[in-house]
Amino acid sequence: MRFREIIAMALTSLGANKLRSALTMTGITIGVFSVISVMTAIGALQASIESGISFLGANIFQFAKYPVNVNAGGRNQKKYENRHNVSYRQALHYHQLMEGYAREICLKSFDFKGQAVYNGLKTTPSLTVAGSNSSFLTANSYTLAYGRNINDEDVALARRVVVIGKTIENRLFPHESPIGKVMKLNGQTFTVIGGLKAKGTAFGQSQDDICVVPITRFFENFGEANRTVNIATQSFSQENYNATFDRAIGAMRIARGLRAEQENDFDIYSNDSLKSAFTSIAGIVRIGAFVISLIALIAAGIGIMNIMLVSVTERTKEIGIRKSIGARSRDILRQFLTEAVFISEAGGILGIILGVVGGDLLAMWLQADLIFPFGWAIAGLVVCSAIGIGFGFYPAWRAAALDPIDALRFE
Amino acid sequence: MLNTDTMRPRGPIVIDIENITKHYVMGEETVHALRGVTLQIHRNEYLAIMGPSGSGKSTLMNMLGCLDTPSSGRYEFNGKDVSSMDDDELAAIRNREIGFVFQTFNLLPRSTSLRNVELPLIYAGVDPETREERAAQTLRDVGLGERLHHKPNELSGGQRQRVAIARALVNNPSIILADEPTGNLDSKTGEEIMALLENLYQAGHTIILVTHEADIARHARRTVHLRDGLIESDATSAATELQTLAFT
Ligand SMILES: Nc1ncnc2c1ncn2[C@@H]1O[C@H](COP(=O)(O)OP(=O)(O)OP(=O)(O)O)[C@@H](O)[C@H]1O
Ligand SMILES: [Mg+2]
Repeated sequence: MRFREIIAMALTSLGANKLRSALTMTGITIGVFSVISVMTAIGALQASIESGISFLGANIFQFAKYPVNVNAGGRNQKKYENRHNVSYRQALHYHQLMEGYAREICLKSFDFKGQAVYNGLKTTPSLTVAGSNSSFLTANSYTLAYGRNINDEDVALARRVVVIGKTIENRLFPHESPIGKVMKLNGQTFTVIGGLKAKGTAFGQSQDDICVVPITRFFENFGEANRTVNIATQSFSQENYNATFDRAIGAMRIARGLRAEQENDFDIYSNDSLKSAFTSIAGIVRIGAFVISLIALIAAGIGIMNIMLVSVTERTKEIGIRKSIGARSRDILRQFLTEAVFISEAGGILGIILGVVGGDLLAMWLQADLIFPFGWAIAGLVVCSAIGIGFGFYPAWRAAALDPIDALRFE
Repeated sequence: MLNTDTMRPRGPIVIDIENITKHYVMGEETVHALRGVTLQIHRNEYLAIMGPSGSGKSTLMNMLGCLDTPSSGRYEFNGKDVSSMDDDELAAIRNREIGFVFQTFNLLPRSTSLRNVELPLIYAGVDPETREERAAQTLRDVGLGERLHHKPNELSGGQRQRVAIARALVNNPSIILADEPTGNLDSKTGEEIMALLENLYQAGHTIILVTHEADIARHARRTVHLRDGLIESDATSAATELQTLAFT
């Protein structure tokens, strides 16, 4: 029997039970979709990161109390919580030690419950309020659209001035220039001195609902207790990045008052460490997606087996007829196996298409480049064939092993 | 009166069974469907198997068609022991040597006449163009040229049986086995089917027919009577007897 005949036969009998075939297929589609969409999204993100998106600006590293993937730390969580906050005094000490050895030193502390009000208009109560200095824009890849940046004098005098992000400008100043306007930020008055260019979203979060105020003013209004200061440092050039980095760790240890034998009680973020943190999180998500879809696929495989067993019983007479006119056992085996593989493959192909589209939509939303995960797509097809054959074999074997005369007598 | 049509020499033996038995074990009791049947059938014979219900006619027929296996006894098909054949060889015999016609037609309900008749050719590995042509021609031969694309439920009983006969014929088998082919048909349609079988016999096929109607059995040249799984009588009609004598 030719391959074409077998396919044609499989299509005919599947077509006779369209709804049933489609439902059985759906199980496979879901399983494949879940793995392919996650792998596509993660692959897209990783490709973007490798091709140069930097988490921080160029030649920048950062010190902070908590590591990036603090939740992935598990039992280390306590260790990080027990660390002392990086105080503004320690940060200033570090700043002083590094003065002249780095291009920019940005000290910053955050509050995430900001709300700005102007002329009866309000923003959401979840603005990011950054208390920082003149280096904030460079260290966080923001550019000024108009007005001026926070300067050292603003910090020294704890002036009530603010640089606002695009979202806030659009919300509070739809028809006028914000410069010189006095708005309220969590009940305190601030004069707008500058506006930032839109930056869009990163990892699903808007970066434009931000207010930057002098760090000294920030502490006065939002309190200094229970706040930790993050420090971003930019070296003068790529060449002396490593030297600056080494010097900075020494300076940070001095600022933190560590003795020689004590280990660092702060974490270091660099583009490299962020990339590897991302990679390790991506790895966990991948394994999770893989396990979930494996379970889904096994369930779907059992569904295929079930429907094929029903089909064999329903078509016992047909099997008898085919055998009586010369079908060999292996022709029957192939026929039923092909049907099982067909359901599985069709479901798999649909799952791959939906998964790639879904994953790439997610990647688009996260502003990553689109990809087509060839490896996973091929693996998906192979796994689907294996499921079709694996779970279809027993029903097909049962069909093939039927005694011709018993099958013919079946009513 | 000698009919020249029926004057032909006896062909070689195609079916040779000796002391065939078949029993079914059903819990405590054993049903003996065949108790020791010995029979030789030559090429181009027209044989009717008769007997009351339950006498083992269908059981014997299925055995001859290599669909069923005997409990004991010897069966040689074209000189080859059937019990030594594997699944592939048996399938090949069912496909090329034997055409089965059933009382209940046994057509695939969702396939058209053409597809049903093509089926044996698919398993024989015939290419699609030749296949369709041959299936269509065979359907025209049995008078169904106008019904190629009808499904069984769109055909009358007689037409369905013609499709079944076309399917049995399409691979040009030497033997046609028909188990009560007219059992589900009215007598007029039954006669049409019998005329078709007569034509096939005249064309050189071996016909083995199961029936319990004497009117139908009359078409055959030789009649075997079964009772309780044993051959009661085996008679060759006078005309055939005569021509056989004439040639020996
Ligand atoms: N699969 C089976 N299991 C048990 N007994 C069977 C089976 N097939 C046939 N028999 C028994 O074997 C005997 C012969 O059956 P068979 O079908 O050959 O009769 P038949 O001569 O064709 O009868 P009919 O004219 O009614 O078709 C019957 O007694 C029947 O009950
Ligand atoms: Mg019978």
